[in-house]
Amino acid sequence: MVAGMTELAMGVTLRPQTGEHSAIALSDVRLETRGLDAFFGATRVVKDAALRVYDRQVTAIIGPSGCGKSTLLRCLNRMHETVVGARAEGEVLFSGTDVYSGGMSAVTVRRHIGMVFQRPTPFPTMSIRDNVAAGLKILPRADRPTRSGTDEIVEQALRRAALWEEVKDRLKQGAVMLSGGQQQRLCIARALATQPEVLLLDEPTASLDPTSTMRVEELVYELRADVAVVIVTHNMQQAARVSDRTAFMLAGELVEVGATSAIFTAPTDARTEAYITGRFG
Amino acid sequence: MTQSTAVVPGGRRVPRNVTRRRVVSAVMIVLTYLAAAAATLPLIFILANLLRQGVGSLHWHFFTSMPKPVGEEGGGMANAIAGTLMLITIASAIGLPIGIGAGLFLAEQRGTRVANVVRFLSDVLNGLPSIVVGIFAWQLLVRPFHHFSALAGGIALAVMMIPIVARTTEEMIRLVPVSLREAALALGYTRWRTSLSIVLRSALPGIVTGALVAVARIAGETAPLLFTAFGNQFWSTSPGQPIAALPLQIFSYAISPYDDWHAQAWAGALVLIALVLVISVSARFATRSRYGRGHD
Repeated sequence: MVAGMTELAMGVTLRPQTGEHSAIALSDVRLETRGLDAFFGATRVVKDAALRVYDRQVTAIIGPSGCGKSTLLRCLNRMHETVVGARAEGEVLFSGTDVYSGGMSAVTVRRHIGMVFQRPTPFPTMSIRDNVAAGLKILPRADRPTRSGTDEIVEQALRRAALWEEVKDRLKQGAVMLSGGQQQRLCIARALATQPEVLLLDEPTASLDPTSTMRVEELVYELRADVAVVIVTHNMQQAARVSDRTAFMLAGELVEVGATSAIFTAPTDARTEAYITGRFG
Repeated sequence: MTQSTAVVPGGRRVPRNVTRRRVVSAVMIVLTYLAAAAATLPLIFILANLLRQGVGSLHWHFFTSMPKPVGEEGGGMANAIAGTLMLITIASAIGLPIGIGAGLFLAEQRGTRVANVVRFLSDVLNGLPSIVVGIFAWQLLVRPFHHFSALAGGIALAVMMIPIVARTTEEMIRLVPVSLREAALALGYTRWRTSLSIVLRSALPGIVTGALVAVARIAGETAPLLFTAFGNQFWSTSPGQPIAALPLQIFSYAISPYDDWHAQAWAGALVLIALVLVISVSARFATRSRYGRGHD
């Protein structure tokens, strides 16, 4: 509830501070959670979360390990419920429709809300091209592109993921031959190929070296031009570098949500300030 | 935590009992070498002995001719070789889909009551003496029809394959990282599609290996065939008729009192082993990972 208020207050007062993306209208809200609770068995790991994700923005979720930030992220595309004993309650509105009760199947939700994980997960039995095309192959027959159409989409997705130049001559090679950083960008390309409206990134650079991390960060910053991005990170500098808005989470609670510049320079909650200044976490 | 120590030349302090540790270590290493040798020696002896005894009777006639009556020179086991191949085909056609399907079920339903019961029963079936499987097949597939048949033999062998294939399939699927399954689900794959085209596909080399182990295991089975396929001195490829099989032929020739039949039995055993090896090696080759091993 407190988080919800802050969210509202921030949304209003900080609008001018979001720079070039200042023209936030209500219609730009792509994803919104209302009173979202997430459970593992009887344990409530996300408490009454209220978060808004806007188009053409990167929203970062930061917080100490185990605070529930990954779980919150996984609730957004209904991946949370794939774990045995896990469930979510409350609303997640995607373009105004509740993904939990709005008649959307989990499969449909995930086609519109892509996800990339902490460790790169290329499909080991597929070539680079087939990895990127993996999400296209399972589309309903009417939406499925032709072979040449697929090639085009694969190239486009790889270009958007800043990987095309590195792999264009070996699209038929196995994806596991790529370096860790390349594999992660391949996974981003795979998620982008189906044209999702939202991209969820769960600590996408946690297993990468600094150079690869930088490339992925640059990529994330560019991607927001046409997809709403939510990134979970335990790295505060990363959140400061890539995000427009930042949500701080602690013990399952969204403590504070607002423009990244405000969160990092003038947090309103004492706990946020303590975390940002490195007093715990 | 403090160990008694001694100063060795050079001034390094080492535990006093280091010599004893080194000796124990060396002894244990030697013992493991011996155990490894003891584990592989039987195979080498068997192969060497088979080659020595069997190669003499191996002639192209052996593969193309039918058995000859006692006293006549030559003759072969063409019918038994064809029969064994046919029995393996029937058993694989029935046993592999069921076994792999059951393994997939066990892996997907892991932790549920049904899966635990199925796994337990499968293990019991795996431990069942093969002669009992033969009796079961006879009761169900031979007695009602009043004659022995290749089909009954193949089904008996399939029953033996299923638990082996199911358990190896389950183990191989469990080795596929959860992250791969999650990646497919997050792309919008349905659960069954994730299982079939991502998980099962990734586990395929291991599943094929398990299937081959099962084929190799049943190729040499004799007991389940005694009163199902029964054996046949004549050429037959009809699934409804009794059929010859290498293990049966080897058995009946080996217990005969004739020297040239003994020689034929050795040759038969050699062919049986070679058959198993060829199946294993060729299928391994066929399922080599197209993109290398990748990062494990």
